Amino acid sequence: MIRETFERDLQRLQDETLILGSMVENAILESVGVLKRRDVEGAKRLIAQDRFINQKRFDIEEEALVLIATQQPMAVDLRTIAAVLDITHELERIGDYAKGIARISLMIGEQPLIKPLVDVPRMAEKACDMLHRALEAFVTQDVVLARSIPPEDEEVDDLYNQVYRELITYILSDPRRIEGANYLLWVAHNLERSADRVTNICERVIFTVTGEMTELDSDTGLAGLS
Amino acid sequence: MAKIEITDLNFYYGDMQALHHIAMSVPDRQITALIGPSGCGKSTFLRCLNRMNDTIPGTRVEGSVLLDGQNIYAPGTNVVDLRRRVGMVFQRPNPFPQSVFDNVAFGPRVLGLTRERDLHELVEESLHRAALWDEVKDDLHQDAQQLSLGQQQRLCIARTIAVEPEVILMDEPCSALDPIATLEIEELMKKLEKEYCILIVTHNMQQAARVSDWTGFFWLGKLVEFDATQTVFTRPSHKLTEDYITGRAG
Repeated sequence: MIRETFERDLQRLQDETLILGSMVENAILESVGVLKRRDVEGAKRLIAQDRFINQKRFDIEEEALVLIATQQPMAVDLRTIAAVLDITHELERIGDYAKGIARISLMIGEQPLIKPLVDVPRMAEKACDMLHRALEAFVTQDVVLARSIPPEDEEVDDLYNQVYRELITYILSDPRRIEGANYLLWVAHNLERSADRVTNICERVIFTVTGEMTELDSDTGLAGLS
Repeated sequence: MAKIEITDLNFYYGDMQALHHIAMSVPDRQITALIGPSGCGKSTFLRCLNRMNDTIPGTRVEGSVLLDGQNIYAPGTNVVDLRRRVGMVFQRPNPFPQSVFDNVAFGPRVLGLTRERDLHELVEESLHRAALWDEVKDDLHQDAQQLSLGQQQRLCIARTIAVEPEVILMDEPCSALDPIATLEIEELMKKLEKEYCILIVTHNMQQAARVSDWTGFFWLGKLVEFDATQTVFTRPSHKLTEDYITGRAG
């Protein structure tokens, strides 16, 4: 291999992106976990930990810029580094959604949830599963896998629409529940947006491998408004 | 501790001062690149480090160059031994009109470094280190000048390594090579840096960026900036460096 050193650096950049992805996945799952457990301390910890995600993103960005400046990447190498910059941005934003959910936990405080969380954890699990596979598609450069994930966003959208309708019913039956319903609606919204960002990551994977810029948007119903 | 410590180095071609108060600490087992436009003094500076400029009449040096703490310009310095310790690879591959084997064996034979029967081992090891062994092992007695230019340059590196230097100076080692041969030499340099202190002069900024750990930017005989390569190429401290690496000056 002629450019062994560069290949190694490029591989490390992708590995670091996977690590960031794993941090973000944990943050999303944990944000819903602390909400479900009503774990105020856990929510505070999660909010504080977002800075590690942000820092990791900056570190990867710095490494990517150094590689561009020093190694003159071309073609697929250049596209890979450009994709890393985009993907880490998406991951950092998903991390912010997790932080947002943790903040909602703090705002709800000691009040009981207006309904048991059933669909919200399912949304989180689905979004994280999609994210995990999207990053797998990135490191294995698997276009087929990347194309197969965005249609699954519909499942998350359906859950979101379902949560919305359910919360509206709660509000209509007792207007005092508006605030509590609104909090949960924001949680669901953050999870729905997280899954949307996974679609953006899949678009970047396709761009990396084929050079083709594609739009894989599949938002339906309420989800299509944001 | 730096392998080479340069302090207040001035160099003159007759009345013309080519280097002005250069100070630099060159680390061991890393690659230091020297960049700058033509005539900025980078090759002159490189040749100061093994006293190659001594051979040019009318030149004069001031200041000190410490190699492992010893001033190479001190009276009584054994210049032949200095040039063994500080080897040099030139712009154009310059193999002798001899076989591959004799090219690599030349230095050890002249310097009496090894017994003839140990030469084979030394030649093989040097060719291995220069990443050329696999390409020439079947015919070590072929004419060195029949090799491709990239192979010839790696042979010259093997020849330099064979006399067991501590420092390798490379003066535009890839300027005569095609892009693939260039990348091969660069990858070889990355392997060699684990054992040697390497300095490279290059016109090719991208090469300096790709291959080096430290970069010095020369301008009109002065060292404008010397810093970690990734710093120089992403956020240089001096405007002149920024203008040069972005193609706005020079």
